[in-house]
Amino acid sequence: MGEVQLIDLGKQFRLQLDRQEQIVTALDGVNLTVADGEIVMLTGPSGCGKTTALRIVMGLERASRGRVLVDGRETAGCGHDRGMVFQHAELLPWLTARENVTFGLQMKGMREPELRATAGTYLELGGLTGAAGRRPHQLSGGMKQRVGIARALAIDPDVLLMDEPFGALDAQTRETLQAQLLEIHARTRKTILFVTHDLDEAVLLGDRVVVMGHGSVREIVDVPLPRPRTDVEAIREDPLFAQTRHRIWRSLHDGPRRPADAVVPA
Amino acid sequence: MTGAVGAPRRVPRGAISAATIVVFLIAWEIFGRKINPIFGSYPTAIARAFVTLAQSGKLEKALLQSLASFLTGYAAAVIVGIPLGLVVGRFPAVEAAIGFFITAGYAMPLVALVPLLVLWFGLGFTVKAVVIFLMAVFPIVINTWLGVRTVPKTLIEVGTAFVAPKATIVRRIILPATVPYIMAGLKLAVGRGVVGMIIAEFFTSISGLGAIIINSANNFDTATMFVPVLLVMILAWALTQAIGALERRVAPWQVELAGREES
Repeated sequence: MGEVQLIDLGKQFRLQLDRQEQIVTALDGVNLTVADGEIVMLTGPSGCGKTTALRIVMGLERASRGRVLVDGRETAGCGHDRGMVFQHAELLPWLTARENVTFGLQMKGMREPELRATAGTYLELGGLTGAAGRRPHQLSGGMKQRVGIARALAIDPDVLLMDEPFGALDAQTRETLQAQLLEIHARTRKTILFVTHDLDEAVLLGDRVVVMGHGSVREIVDVPLPRPRTDVEAIREDPLFAQTRHRIWRSLHDGPRRPADAVVPA
Repeated sequence: MTGAVGAPRRVPRGAISAATIVVFLIAWEIFGRKINPIFGSYPTAIARAFVTLAQSGKLEKALLQSLASFLTGYAAAVIVGIPLGLVVGRFPAVEAAIGFFITAGYAMPLVALVPLLVLWFGLGFTVKAVVIFLMAVFPIVINTWLGVRTVPKTLIEVGTAFVAPKATIVRRIILPATVPYIMAGLKLAVGRGVVGMIIAEFFTSISGLGAIIINSANNFDTATMFVPVLLVMILAWALTQAIGALERRVAPWQVELAGREES
């Protein structure tokens, strides 16, 4: 089970600018509930706080105010109930693909013989069985990110948190991975919170798209496309796809044209 | 070799090194012979002195004495230096507490302190090991420390995200990510350690290769003096190569990432 609640999340950074300390508000009261098994996409201009929100949910950053609940339990730091997929995969370069997946499992306390079997299962899920013995520099960008996803999924978290995981990939690889993610979601029904810049990706993957601006939720757009969406081509041709995409685009462009961060002198 | 098919064959690096060494030796031989043997020497004279010294058994004895103190001091520097560098780099409070001593200690004019160390540790093996340790430990600590500071934050976050304990993050993420820096520190420490060894033997002047240097210099036997000097340099080179080979064993990903076949 993996319901995620963000309750009045606020985050302020101290920033040293021209010898003057300034306080930058990255998040200003974000409220959001992600239902179990739902895919919610966070989008918005750079600096709108979407990645900060995701990092707070993961526990990599502390909120200045507010709370994060996973299945009703308040989070304190990182936990095995949440799995993080990083923007650039962030595989440990000295470990093979298999060892990278194993690393997360070992941190969860898993020992042999389950370790090998579980890692194998998730490598297979990512289509990586043939590449299990390769180190990250011997993998393509798409394969690296598949290892990153396998590593996060292997610990069987309630929630998968994904920080622009396909942003650095070429268009074709991105589409392949999107389709694979949809398949994995259809099979595992994990709750997914996914940060993206790409509106096509937002509509294709999401049940709902959260449009953020200036550290708060500007609008939440429902994606009325049916699931399963594994036939990506058919989905893209659906008129609803273009309509939803346009609604999100409008929402992004309607907002007041202020700099993304509200900078308040300390 | 990983060169592309059809690419022109590159000259092996070993051949280039051998060629420069031969050219250097020939030039030295030609110019060295024109100099008064007190003020200089040349390869063939040094080779003859080497044979004489080796046959007398003095060289072997001195080499073993020097090596024993070097390896002891160097091993102690590695055992202390790497963990200390990891801790200083990882924990800002420790860095604030002792960072100054490490940076200042690196510049310590050890030559000036050797007489004092002799008073403390005597003229034997111990003082030599201590001097070598003091020379070698700082480059190891400083390189490890800098290496830890350059570990990408995101790699550490991978550990944090999977709820790895602090010690596990140091051992399984920071240490491997720091290996190239540690190896560079180990290589620098070889050179410094060898210099420390000779300095210590100058002051004690009763054992080791340094003693041969100072005794033959006092006898104006320049060719003999060069034997241990060159021997020490070759020794340091061989140790550095050995560390390079070790690096390729323990951190093959790094060598592959940098795309260099050999160093």
